[in-house]
Amino acid sequence: MPDYKWPDATRRALMGKRHSRIDGPDKVSGKAKYTQDRKLPDMLYGRIVRCPYAHAKVVSVDTSAAEKMPGVRAVTVIQGPGKEIHWAGDEIVAIAATDENIARDAARSVKVVYEQLPHFVREEDLSEAGSQIKDPEEKTEGDPDKGFKEADVVSEGVYGLPVITHCTFESHGSLNAWEGDDKLLAYISTQAVSDVGSGYAQPLKIPAANVHILQDHIGGGFGSKFSTDRWDVEAAVLAKKAGKPVRMVLDRDEELKVAGARPSTFARVKVAAKKDGTILAWDSTSWGTGGLTGAGAPPLPYCWRIPYRLKHYAVATNIGPSRAWRAPNHPQACCITMGALEDLAATLKMDPLDLFLKNIEMTAPRANLYKEELLKAAEMIEWKKKWHPRGDTTPGHIKKGLGLSIHTWGGRGHVSENRVTIHADGSVSCELASQDLGTGTRTVIAIVAAETLGLPISAITVKIGDNRYPRSGASGGSTTVGGVSASTRRATVDARDLLFQKVAPALNADAAKLEAVGGRIQVQGDPTKSMTWKQACARLGATPIVATGKCIGGRDELTNQGVGGAQMVEVAVDTETGIVKIEKFVAVQDVGYLISLKTAESQMYGAIIMGISYSLFEEKIMDPTTGRMVNPNMEFYKLAGIGDIGRIQVHMVMNKEQDERGVIGLGEPPVVSPGAAIGNAIANAIGIRVPNLPFTPDRVLAALEKRGGLS
Amino acid sequence: MRAFEYASPTTKEQAVALLGEKWGEIEVLAGGTDLLSLMKDDVAQPKRLVDIKEVKELQGIKYAPATGLRLGALVTMQELLENPAIKKEYPALAQAADGITSPQIRNAGTVGGDLCQRPRCWYFRDGMGLLAQDAKGRPLVPEGENRYHAILGNSGPAYFVNPSSLAPALIALGASIRIFGPKGPREVGAGEFFVTPKTNGEREYVLKPNEIVTDILVPPAAGARNATYEVRQREALDWPLAAAAVALKMSGARISSARVVLGHVAPVPWPAPEAEKFLAGKTVSEQVAQDAGASALRGAKALSQNTYKIQLAKVAVKRAILRAAQGRV
Repeated sequence: MPDYKWPDATRRALMGKRHSRIDGPDKVSGKAKYTQDRKLPDMLYGRIVRCPYAHAKVVSVDTSAAEKMPGVRAVTVIQGPGKEIHWAGDEIVAIAATDENIARDAARSVKVVYEQLPHFVREEDLSEAGSQIKDPEEKTEGDPDKGFKEADVVSEGVYGLPVITHCTFESHGSLNAWEGDDKLLAYISTQAVSDVGSGYAQPLKIPAANVHILQDHIGGGFGSKFSTDRWDVEAAVLAKKAGKPVRMVLDRDEELKVAGARPSTFARVKVAAKKDGTILAWDSTSWGTGGLTGAGAPPLPYCWRIPYRLKHYAVATNIGPSRAWRAPNHPQACCITMGALEDLAATLKMDPLDLFLKNIEMTAPRANLYKEELLKAAEMIEWKKKWHPRGDTTPGHIKKGLGLSIHTWGGRGHVSENRVTIHADGSVSCELASQDLGTGTRTVIAIVAAETLGLPISAITVKIGDNRYPRSGASGGSTTVGGVSASTRRATVDARDLLFQKVAPALNADAAKLEAVGGRIQVQGDPTKSMTWKQACARLGATPIVATGKCIGGRDELTNQGVGGAQMVEVAVDTETGIVKIEKFVAVQDVGYLISLKTAESQMYGAIIMGISYSLFEEKIMDPTTGRMVNPNMEFYKLAGIGDIGRIQVHMVMNKEQDERGVIGLGEPPVVSPGAAIGNAIANAIGIRVPNLPFTPDRVLAALEKRGGLS
Repeated sequence: MRAFEYASPTTKEQAVALLGEKWGEIEVLAGGTDLLSLMKDDVAQPKRLVDIKEVKELQGIKYAPATGLRLGALVTMQELLENPAIKKEYPALAQAADGITSPQIRNAGTVGGDLCQRPRCWYFRDGMGLLAQDAKGRPLVPEGENRYHAILGNSGPAYFVNPSSLAPALIALGASIRIFGPKGPREVGAGEFFVTPKTNGEREYVLKPNEIVTDILVPPAAGARNATYEVRQREALDWPLAAAAVALKMSGARISSARVVLGHVAPVPWPAPEAEKFLAGKTVSEQVAQDAGASALRGAKALSQNTYKIQLAKVAVKRAILRAAQGRV
């Protein structure tokens, strides 16, 4: 039986160390090609006519002017007369033309008559939601009534997170070309190279096997790019009609209006505790929207096993569809829970770190880990030195405060298959239909392969982004690193062992006693009996070694699931303007067996920056009268810039225990806590809770006003 | 973006001859940082662009202690920011330019364009017209998303805020704007340059469709302490939530006379005569500055979502006064 086990710390040359991402030079030099960079000869430009109303019925569609326009090559009606439209920006007509401007002109010439219907786009105040509210989901665990009866204090609070968008830097889009009547080539910006093709096959009535998907690089997905969208399929339809490839790429406003939104959640929470800080019970009423279908209940109380009673209302709105957003439901649940616990600590006049540590057993099964992480984070931010009771009493209008949060995530590797080829010239390739979301997937694959084969990282050619390679799962749920590292490990171990068998006679050794280290094949521990990698591979002759390795997902022993993480932040609030600045942000995170330290840290930074952004700036703002998004641009859909993020410090938990767990994903967990930690830090700074994110000047000043006037 | 004619005159006479009688049909292109966005969003649909960048006489910064400052309309915000004389004599202008935290916009955007850029009102930018009305002509702003809208001069029909970064400082410094049209040059005070439109077809300034801004003239600061303070949430490019520019003529430690002008709070840059009157004869202190802010905003009236802007504008006045008094750039 081959030994696939991950090598321990004493036996690794590359894994667990800092390496720059292998596609970095291509990306910074502009050599890396994204879907939006793709062009094909005679390519047409697609354009969608979108409904301007949040709720309407299509009465008639007249495309005749567009069809007559020079340069227009194909027009299709997506939603014709009689169709009910449920959000502004939904697709009505698709057009393909010889250039972008003609496509836009043609789109403007389409006359659609709508019957406007009443819409609802603001769910923040549940009392105004009326018939849009769906039947509540209710759930009770343990005996919360007993807790509230025995309580010395009950802390109450309101917390909320609005709908935000994914705002991927590369908007959604695809370039679609037919090869014959029933074969489609699609360059598409996707998180699921292996599986996205089926989204074309079914509506286009062609075999899934005939859809060829290609994607080298992607400018962000964050959960919004798992499937084909209607505009992709319509682009393929247009391409067939026109007999030419059609590129359909969303504009920024379309991207923000229709291509991805995170559901909102608002909650009224009561937490019961004893005077000594023992947490007893939780009661919450929450609501939120993910568009027409409402939003699922967030997992409250989050990370803490407190006896609870929950009620959650989904509110149907005409804001457009929601999509999975990096750690679905977790940031919402985290912000509400950690906010409520920090408020409880303030009510008890306790340091929230002490409250967390006192009750840490309620975070089982990760209590010890959380404790260790909280103490490490506290040391990094000098919590004990800097923390003060709620309300900074330092004179002046700048008030500083500390906040904390913990979070969790699964992250087990997905099903993945990797085909490794060792060629006679010594070159090595890994082929798998995975994708690198910017997370370092290519780099991880190369590191694992290089480590196993005893080669430098640069010796490995990683081929991903083509669904003709062996299948690898979609990149969602932080499952990619576990999946691709396990399949790569198995494939390369098998390939290496086949090579050992080939060269063992020449080394006069048992193949089982060989090892691949430092670019050589040698008898274990005996460099005198060795040959170079090149010499070894030369013995392959005309037949390269090809080996495939799999990650089976579910019970695969090379990967695992379940991480914790602790984050702390110091903020400075200008109490005259309500402007919040991040001073310092620290994050401590476990991820099991860590393959690529530098890209892992980079993931942490990215997640925290994204977290700061949604905490301070981001909001999909809907106009009540028109039902339209008023900020579908980068001026008013505000994202944090480099000057807005303060100092960020991350610490990865790396030890023998973590190594023994196997590889776990990291894409999502670090984005969960920032909203909670920042909200708590602001409360600590200014002495009152700002209930809803984002923490903009209007909201902070309103809270200060409530506290009893401005300083 | 729709197809358009493109003209590139080399003299101001040629330029105005290429302009028309009606707003919207022909637009002046300088830095293009605003116009091109408007065209891409189909809010502006000009049939012709008159690119004035080759009109060399519209360039250049001149400063002389006796005559003051002359800014050609094509001076970029970055050129303004880097000019040592402006930094020293007119810090209010340099600070306003510095508030544009996008190097791209500072490098391409011109001072003339800063004055003539269109409002950032999101209804206007969504094609609902300058006055932001629904199909039946009802105003969308008062009951709508008005967090960034006007708190002064907002009794309608205009609710947007003037977006100019430089205007409050220019007005506080007593600048005038030189305009060129078919009948030759004319000059208006910076405060008179801006007007509140009553209909969707009007513009927010006194230019006629066939006129261009050629120069900005700023009289000698003559020792007047001046400063701009903008309240912006982000360090990354972010339009101010409120801004104030002040120019204080000092007599010893006392303010002999003051100009206080608010930005981003009304459809036009908003002078605050009450604050000016209050400051005259006072010695600058934190309390005096704060009280001046309060008097500047006495007439403010919030819409449904923007009460906070009143506070921010008060703070902008206070901090501009304190900054001017400290004389720090």
